[in-house]
Amino acid sequence: MLNRQELTDIIREFEPEVIFPDGTQLLEAVVPAEKLFTLIEKLKSDKRTAFNYLIDLTAVDFSTHFTVVYHLDSTDFRHLVVLKSLIADRENPKVDSLTALYPTAEYFEREIFDLFGIRFNNHPNMKRLFLEDDYGYPLRKDFKDEVNIIER
Amino acid sequence: MMSEEIIKDVIVGEHEDYIINMGPQHPSTHGVLRLEVCLKGETVKYLVPHVGYIHRGIEKMCEANTYQQIIHLTDRMDYLSAHMNNEAVCMIVEDAMQVEVPERVKYIRTILDELNRIASHQLWWCAFGMDLGALTSFFYGLRDREHILDIFEESFGSRLLHSFVCPGGLMHDVHPNFQKRTKEFVKYFKTKLPEYDQLLTGNIIFQNRAIGIGHMSRETAIGFGVTGPSGRGSNFSCDVRKIAPYGAYDKVQFNEILEPGCDVFARYKVRMAEMWESLSIIEQLIDNIPEGDYTAKMKPIIKLPAGEYFRRVETARGELAVYVVSDGNKSPYRMKFRTPNFSNLFVMNEIASGYKIADLIAISGSLDLVIPDIDR
Repeated sequence: MLNRQELTDIIREFEPEVIFPDGTQLLEAVVPAEKLFTLIEKLKSDKRTAFNYLIDLTAVDFSTHFTVVYHLDSTDFRHLVVLKSLIADRENPKVDSLTALYPTAEYFEREIFDLFGIRFNNHPNMKRLFLEDDYGYPLRKDFKDEVNIIER
Repeated sequence: MMSEEIIKDVIVGEHEDYIINMGPQHPSTHGVLRLEVCLKGETVKYLVPHVGYIHRGIEKMCEANTYQQIIHLTDRMDYLSAHMNNEAVCMIVEDAMQVEVPERVKYIRTILDELNRIASHQLWWCAFGMDLGALTSFFYGLRDREHILDIFEESFGSRLLHSFVCPGGLMHDVHPNFQKRTKEFVKYFKTKLPEYDQLLTGNIIFQNRAIGIGHMSRETAIGFGVTGPSGRGSNFSCDVRKIAPYGAYDKVQFNEILEPGCDVFARYKVRMAEMWESLSIIEQLIDNIPEGDYTAKMKPIIKLPAGEYFRRVETARGELAVYVVSDGNKSPYRMKFRTPNFSNLFVMNEIASGYKIADLIAISGSLDLVIPDIDR
């Protein structure tokens, strides 16, 4: 198991542009969206880190931008890392799919597409998971539903 | 008028593929799940799960509710692990507000976790037997589960969706009979659990339908994020109780059950062995519940400091991870539940392809899916 500092050094070695915010519960790294796939690929294949288990993949809408959040775990070493990517483009948000690395990402990504409208490049089946095609993206902060949501 | 080619197709069959919808009302899917199954003869070529029939938008609702209210929503995700779901939200609030819960609370929560896990595995066992045509198991399982639900009812007033834990501790203290009745149950169930094995585990008809079916390699389990007993049946060590102990799990001795079999029977054996482990955990704790308060002092209005929090909990079906983004208000800015069934369901295409359609029932039963947990 690598400690926080060792993980930070390795991630910096793979990708110098990464920013590490202070005072977070887990080790967090903010990665530019276009570098994300190659970084995770390295983190997964490198023997020191071996992040082979994607616990969670989700997104957050911060009104000005989206953040895609990846929680990665290693079944060999049991260290955790949180990777984040900011997407500024609200009209046509896009980020690379991780399906090639983690099969489970396919469905997490479909869920995010369903609820946030973020598209994933190279995704094998970019269709909505739960809702109908014309529903809108309910987890966006500007989503309006006059029938079902009461504004307080 | 049929051309000769079409007649040839129909009789000899270039296009023998046959799409059949299993569900959304099929009894073996245990909820509203539709499996679009492509068959070649009796063999499953591939299947596509369709979900969303009971999507309630719990994550969206969380953004408009306070943390105390959210606890009641989490019951409705995996209703058979209601207590563990509640606990996950409570622990994330306690983490964020840096509240130290009393020892008594930790012990009681852990006992309830394990009682809930046994109740869930009992229901799985009886339904699994019934799916495969053994009706007796259904009565055995429900008969014994009733004892646990009675203990729950006495202490919390509700049998299935408890919402008994609250941030900082418990809603109120457990019933004075709690210890006595739990001990009685442990004693009782220790005599009944061997009956389960006699009825189903050694049954040759059952074994023929379970051994060597639904092969899921360890790599598949990790790749698809299959956790809980289903993952451990593929030798994937994923027990959060061991990896990151919470509650009183660091004070008890228990084994993480791993089976290298990778098939339906291995997943079955993991759950059967887990019931024994849960009984042993309860036995170790029930006589040592410390005296003290049933809750820590909490402010009436809970506001998490701005930031992000992450917590993992082992439910009866696998790893539940809660991720909260707080902006300092009394409701979360974003709340995400990584529910175990979500990942467990989507491995089905991988592990059911190539087996017969009758095996599909055994495979979906061995994954122990609860559909509202997927739809949220």
